[in-house]
Amino acid sequence: MSKVKVKKHDTFIDMTAMSDVTVLLLTFFMLTATFLPKEPVRVIAPSSVMEIKIPDANVLTILVRNDGQCYLNFDRPNDRRNVLKLVGESHNLTFTPKQVLSFVNQPIIGVPFSQLPNFLDLGLQDQDDVLKVSGIPIDSANNQLRSWIQYATTVNPDLRLAIKADQDIPYIKIKRVIETLQDLRQNRFSLITVLRGMPEGF
Amino acid sequence: MADINTGGGEQKKGKPKKIQLRVDFTPMVDMNMLLITFFMFCTTLSKPQMMDLVMPIKEDNLDKSQKTKTDERNTITLLLGEKDAVYYYFGFPDYNDYTSLIKTDYSPDGLRAMLADRNGRIVRKIAELRLKKAKKEITDDDFNKQTTEIRDVKDGLVVIIKPTEGSTYKNLVDVLDEMQICSIGKYAIVEPEQGDFTLIENLMLQRNIPPPTK
Repeated sequence: MSKVKVKKHDTFIDMTAMSDVTVLLLTFFMLTATFLPKEPVRVIAPSSVMEIKIPDANVLTILVRNDGQCYLNFDRPNDRRNVLKLVGESHNLTFTPKQVLSFVNQPIIGVPFSQLPNFLDLGLQDQDDVLKVSGIPIDSANNQLRSWIQYATTVNPDLRLAIKADQDIPYIKIKRVIETLQDLRQNRFSLITVLRGMPEGF
Repeated sequence: MADINTGGGEQKKGKPKKIQLRVDFTPMVDMNMLLITFFMFCTTLSKPQMMDLVMPIKEDNLDKSQKTKTDERNTITLLLGEKDAVYYYFGFPDYNDYTSLIKTDYSPDGLRAMLADRNGRIVRKIAELRLKKAKKEITDDDFNKQTTEIRDVKDGLVVIIKPTEGSTYKNLVDVLDEMQICSIGKYAIVEPEQGDFTLIENLMLQRNIPPPTK
């Protein structure tokens, strides 16, 4: 009986092609995707057929939490610095250079004026935790959202205002924000939505 | 982890050494996959859209003469009610006939069908234009110009949107969206009045009672 020879198979798989594919995919993602903005609450925006994309700069986003508290989100570090200066002047607050830097680095505004200095002394991680429970008061007696928007539009008159809110939030909460904007004679603003297809036949 | 295979074992003297150079790409693929996963979790492909909205100037800031009057024959008033219900009436509210207020919903057969029917002429024109744009017969700029022209006709439909406290934000955006779909040129968001609540109540209880006078 002859000995059966076991053929030695090479188990080496050539990964070059696979690597090519993954690099291509990666390049695609890097070129097309934009980073998710860091937000203290996650909202599901309602859908609409509007196809106008939100511009990259000069947008002041008013994020409305489900209980009606608001956050402000706006870009441009220089504007932020000037806004903080205005806040300091009108509320008799003084900010140390470290606090100013902290304000510029934190993209979200979301604490009452009185808590602002203490808030800015915290680290970025702790600030995020505080933001989850606090917010800008918008009661009729103490409408600080109004003041913030006023400062922001004084610093940058080209600012476009956009409201972002969850689709299930009661209208009355949004109404308060819209009324604040109307009081400031900001009658032109935008609602942030996600795209849905145009129905057939229209 | 590059595998450099030197042909193995003993070689016969005089024969040139056969060098096989193969680089293992597996770790590279691993790393790329990790990066792709990271990108998929931390980024978004779809940029959010924005819906432009122009609110009327607050009434206290206006004189009586500045208030806009609309032609009652072309006016539809929408009342956004609780539990995704929407009520509408044409022209002036009629307190003597509770059936003048009609209840519908946000489905395609509800509100959209009604608005598209009332605004049929304009809807058809815009649909034709869209088709032309899809076939690349007209440019985007032309399309935008012509749609604005069509929408701005003098006797076009005017829709007054009155969201009540029971409605949600989604209801409001849905209605504004219907304005886009049905190509309605003029619409405004207005506070509901006492009479509007009376109308809804009348419809529910099937009675005809005028609103309490102030």
